[in-house]
Amino acid sequence: MTAAVDKMGPRAAKLLRIWALIRKEGLQVVRDPSSFAIGIVLPLILILLYGYGVTFDVKHVPVAIVVEAPSPDAADLTSGFSLSPYFSVKAVTTLAAANELMLERKVDGIVFIREDFARQVRLSGASVQVILHGTDANRARIMQAYAQGALAQAGARAASEGGQDLGAGPVSVQSRLWFNDADDSHYYLVPGLIVLVMTLIGATLTAMVMAREWERGTLEALFVTPVRADEIMIGKLVPYFLLGLCGLGLCMLAAKFLFMVPFRGSVWVLGFTSMLYLLVTLGVGLLISTTLRSQFLASQITQLVTFLPATMLSGFIYDLRSVPAVIRVISYGVPARYFVALLQTIFLAGDVWSVILPNALMLGVMATVLLTLTRRAIRKSLE
Amino acid sequence: MFESVLRMIALTRKELLAILKDPRSRITLFVPPIIQCLIFGYAATFDLSNVPYAAYDQDRSAASQQLLARLDGSGVFRRIGNIDSPAAMTQAIDNGRALLVLQIAPDFERRLQAGEQADVQVVADGRNSNTAGVAMGYVSTIVATFNGDWRSGHGGATPTVQPTLRAWYNANLETRWNMIPALIGTLTMMQTVMLTALSVAREREQGTFDQLQVTPLRPAEIIVGKTVPSMLVGAVQATNVLLVAQLWFHIPFQGSFLVLYAGLVLFLLAAVGLGLFVSSVAQTMQQAMLYTFIVMMPFMLLSGLTTPISSMPQVLQDFTLINPLRYAIDIAHRVYLEGAGLDRLGPDLLPLAAIGVVALTGASWMFQRRLG
Amino acid sequence: MSDAAAPAAVVVCAGLGKSFKADHHSFQALQDIDFQAAPGAVTALVGSDGAGKTTLLRLMAGLLKPDAGVLTVVGVDAAAAPGQIQARIGYMPQRFGLYDDLTVQENLDLYADLHGVSAAERAVKYPQLMEMTALSPFTRRLAGQLSGGMKQKLGLACTLVSTPELLLLDEPTAGVDPLSRRELWQIIRDLVRDTGLPVIVSTSYLDEADRCDHVIVLHRGKVLTQGAPASVSGVAAGRSFLVTPSGDEKPREMQARLLGDPAVIDAVPEGGRVRVVLNDPAAASALPGVAPGAVVATPAHFEDGFMTLLRAAGEPGVAPAANGPTAAVAASGLTAGTPEGRVEVQVRNLVRRFGAFTAVDNISFEVRSGEIFGLLGPNGAGKTTTFRMLCGLLSVTGGELKVGGADMRTARASGRGRLGYVAQKFSLYGLLSVRENLDFFASVYGLRGAHKRERIDWALHEFELTPYVGAPSARLAGGHKQRLAMAAALLHEPELLFLDEPTSGADPMARRDFWRRITDLSDRGVTVIITTHFMAEAEYCDRIAILDGGRILAQGAPAEIRARGAGETPTMEDAFIAIVEDSRAAESAPGAAA
Repeated sequence: MTAAVDKMGPRAAKLLRIWALIRKEGLQVVRDPSSFAIGIVLPLILILLYGYGVTFDVKHVPVAIVVEAPSPDAADLTSGFSLSPYFSVKAVTTLAAANELMLERKVDGIVFIREDFARQVRLSGASVQVILHGTDANRARIMQAYAQGALAQAGARAASEGGQDLGAGPVSVQSRLWFNDADDSHYYLVPGLIVLVMTLIGATLTAMVMAREWERGTLEALFVTPVRADEIMIGKLVPYFLLGLCGLGLCMLAAKFLFMVPFRGSVWVLGFTSMLYLLVTLGVGLLISTTLRSQFLASQITQLVTFLPATMLSGFIYDLRSVPAVIRVISYGVPARYFVALLQTIFLAGDVWSVILPNALMLGVMATVLLTLTRRAIRKSLE
Repeated sequence: MFESVLRMIALTRKELLAILKDPRSRITLFVPPIIQCLIFGYAATFDLSNVPYAAYDQDRSAASQQLLARLDGSGVFRRIGNIDSPAAMTQAIDNGRALLVLQIAPDFERRLQAGEQADVQVVADGRNSNTAGVAMGYVSTIVATFNGDWRSGHGGATPTVQPTLRAWYNANLETRWNMIPALIGTLTMMQTVMLTALSVAREREQGTFDQLQVTPLRPAEIIVGKTVPSMLVGAVQATNVLLVAQLWFHIPFQGSFLVLYAGLVLFLLAAVGLGLFVSSVAQTMQQAMLYTFIVMMPFMLLSGLTTPISSMPQVLQDFTLINPLRYAIDIAHRVYLEGAGLDRLGPDLLPLAAIGVVALTGASWMFQRRLG
Repeated sequence: MSDAAAPAAVVVCAGLGKSFKADHHSFQALQDIDFQAAPGAVTALVGSDGAGKTTLLRLMAGLLKPDAGVLTVVGVDAAAAPGQIQARIGYMPQRFGLYDDLTVQENLDLYADLHGVSAAERAVKYPQLMEMTALSPFTRRLAGQLSGGMKQKLGLACTLVSTPELLLLDEPTAGVDPLSRRELWQIIRDLVRDTGLPVIVSTSYLDEADRCDHVIVLHRGKVLTQGAPASVSGVAAGRSFLVTPSGDEKPREMQARLLGDPAVIDAVPEGGRVRVVLNDPAAASALPGVAPGAVVATPAHFEDGFMTLLRAAGEPGVAPAANGPTAAVAASGLTAGTPEGRVEVQVRNLVRRFGAFTAVDNISFEVRSGEIFGLLGPNGAGKTTTFRMLCGLLSVTGGELKVGGADMRTARASGRGRLGYVAQKFSLYGLLSVRENLDFFASVYGLRGAHKRERIDWALHEFELTPYVGAPSARLAGGHKQRLAMAAALLHEPELLFLDEPTSGADPMARRDFWRRITDLSDRGVTVIITTHFMAEAEYCDRIAILDGGRILAQGAPAEIRARGAGETPTMEDAFIAIVEDSRAAESAPGAAA
């Protein structure tokens, strides 16, 4: 810089060109509020939502308990429900009233204790009817298990008073949830959050940038310079790559300090695999943008291939080991599935190489293929 | 008045042409919802089948074999193999081959015969704690039946309080019945909001918006002309999803189509209103797209689609009150599965109408303001 | 000079051909092109829209691959190694790829870096470029906020930052005001003189081509003729005359009348008279409706030769005024443009501010029905802002504005129905076909049934768009797009027509067609307000106003304005430049501000 360099070497010239393109793109990012919004504001919104809003834990489910005739036994059973953190109880006296509550969706379940409950308990054993609102099947199933538990306890108490000792049953199940002893859904939501953030930052921003240059005609002048197609691509990748890393950093901080998710793997493995995934999503966006050359189509396609597949087909919410074979095959084409597997393992299980290596390899292959295709699609020609 | 209607029809027609003329854009708008519905209908399910598990049977007795046989025969679990050491157990879980390992202690049968309590340890992969929880629930249920049968087979007592369970609207508690009607709104919303936001942003970028404003079209007519086509596209998308639900997944429709479509119209009005609002803020197509994402994310996540609203903190529950998708999903469930009529849908329809009116008014106010 | 030792040509082009495939049709854009561009010379490419100028430039820039023939640029085969060419030449496309959200300096740095310009070279180059383009006060301004002329200068600076061996410019002056146009050409000429840089430039301003070293006239993908500009003017030698109108006839009316005469190749109003080019000089004395002695022979201009060439190549002349079903407006029976006409547009003390910036500063004018009123001014003078306010696209900050007796901003639908508007930028729906666009605008303006069909048929016929009726309008050539935009604005037979730079970038043929229609409309009582950068076109107007810095500097009939120019027979362009420069000088003189 000090000496007057008249002709720089081809390498230096190439680096200078790449740097110029990166700086140009970076300035455009900085000057457009919407890029900033996607890079910083969206991750923050998602962190807050995942931290406080999205939970699979079933708590305070409203249930109606119909007690046709009050009795100590019925009261005992009722208190079993009302003391449980899973239910919030509305007491009614007729089944009709409970049905009405259910129809208005004021309650999600009905526990029906008949008039003759107290008598039956002493005789042959009573039956309590549990009616669930089945629309949300998953929730209903969880409620069902809780209700069974609450009833079993009440039954056991009643039986012991009646002189029988049931014990807990001949075979008792002792469950252990590895990697997530606290059964805290944040543990697996956080990896999902990171996947979502990285997917959105990676693909949405790049999806428009090439199409925009086509539509605005800025590429024509750019083409008639010594710049090469790979340089244009790198110039597009780097700024958004860095923005993606910011998003990743935000999520990591949130994971550690907000959600207290344990981190059992090593940071560099996480960093490396995240960068691989970021390259894949950037590649998806750039490829869409380069081939379609239309902002309208690019944005529609991008939203189709990003958000929903990354949530529904990545194994983040729905376990891919138990879906039909066809869907499993399709899911192999969703990059997010590999990243979800990686994140879940690195965060909760540690550096399990038998998981990390194949998944990272797949991401590497995908990134290479996508970027090669993009590189080919950026031809320095108007034809 | 008549003139005004004709102008709006002309604008609507033009808008539909602009959206649908390009075959690429036709495909983009109508094929994905169908494919997504099919894929998610199968993928988005907590109704586990084929759960891979490994048996760590240290007892190798008749009783332990019997218990494992029940797991294998349940249709839920698939044994990927037997293992014989704690190290192998760790490995099976760590590398994700097995979702859970069932460990049966060496004295399992002896204790059972002696009338003592025999323990079965279930170790599950908690990396996806939700699925693991569901799978463990299945194990518990299977063990409970095993217990009941063992007791009655060996002259034991029966419990005194016996629950009888019944689920309304979805007797077999299939997640799919929950998911697919919800997709009617979900798959439609994202695309219609973006479609609307982009169509205005595109006119701005290409300068045609000025041309429109010089014509006798009034601002309100422009708003209508932008709203109706997006709503029509949304209605077709919703119909496609509905057809998949009926013809492919055979989920019984309990309610009235008229009622469902009445709800859909209000929902689409609200969604398109949101899109117009986004477009009134955005300067470019890029901004229109990115802002749509930022607005849509919270609405998608807080819609009750994947996670129940009632488990959210109060603040967020309050926030969902302005989320059109929340109402759309509720309407779809209630009409589709419960057969609810208009009389029961007031709590959903009124807020939707309110959101639609507010969003459209806001958008037209913003348009006017930008002129100045 | 022309011996074997002549320096090698910068561009050698032999038998060059290029065709495009669109849908299933193949379209021959260029055919058998032979030419050589000499070093140190300025070569101009002229021709009508769709003649193949841009395609030829893009081929030379290595952006397209030739189908046939040989093309060597700076000694490199364009088909084999376009990358090498691109590294060594400078190319400025029609829409130069400036990044609007980058500043002037950042745009310049980007291209310097891409071309690998070293720090030492920059130290020399930047001040030169800044001085040349006078952009130094604006280095920190975003490119998107520059005026059209400044953008073009910045684009030129970006292409020059690398010291190219050849400069390709695609219509660098389209949409640029006369002042900036003059400055741009000064830059180019200085450059050629000082550095010997060869330049190939396409243009639709024929006076620019006249001042180049070599001219190539393209027509429908073929070279019609090439040589020194004088050889083109020479084609019309002895056939050009100036005709003075007699009686009440306006120059534009006489021009319209003469254009219809079979003996006349071309006619344009010029300095209160009409310049005609005749097939046969002998016909000069026998022109219909021309007083004897009113015809004076005059040296042929480049444009005269060009038009003669085109006509000889089979290009039809400007069609006579259509007597189609457009007469509805004319019912009023008013004599066009007379002072007795009703005041259609009234602007009094109009002000528009954007923040601290005053775009329109207290302007007043009146336009009467049937008048053609021209708004002239440099880029950024406030013309477009005024237009947008007249159309109700922008609210006014102060003053009064009445269009047809109403404020367009609050006008009801019926009010706006009386108005036709053609924006500066093509703004119809690119995805829709020609017919669909027309159908849409017809419906929006309330046309229905048979009347609508009739009007659409009229528009297709009148603007010669019938062959393209099903084509997506985005795919039309520039001139056809402009015709479609006009057609769409005229469907509902507006009484008022607002045209914002409707002829920018249009070829001479299209401009004559355009003005023939405008003249015709005005005869029927339609009021026209128009902006243009072709000063010669101001001759068609009844009255003009010259704006700069948001203020009206001069207003009056073309002859009055022209008289303010220096010299014996000042042209409109001379007058324009004199007026604007005087006003700017007065502005910057200390204490002179009013």
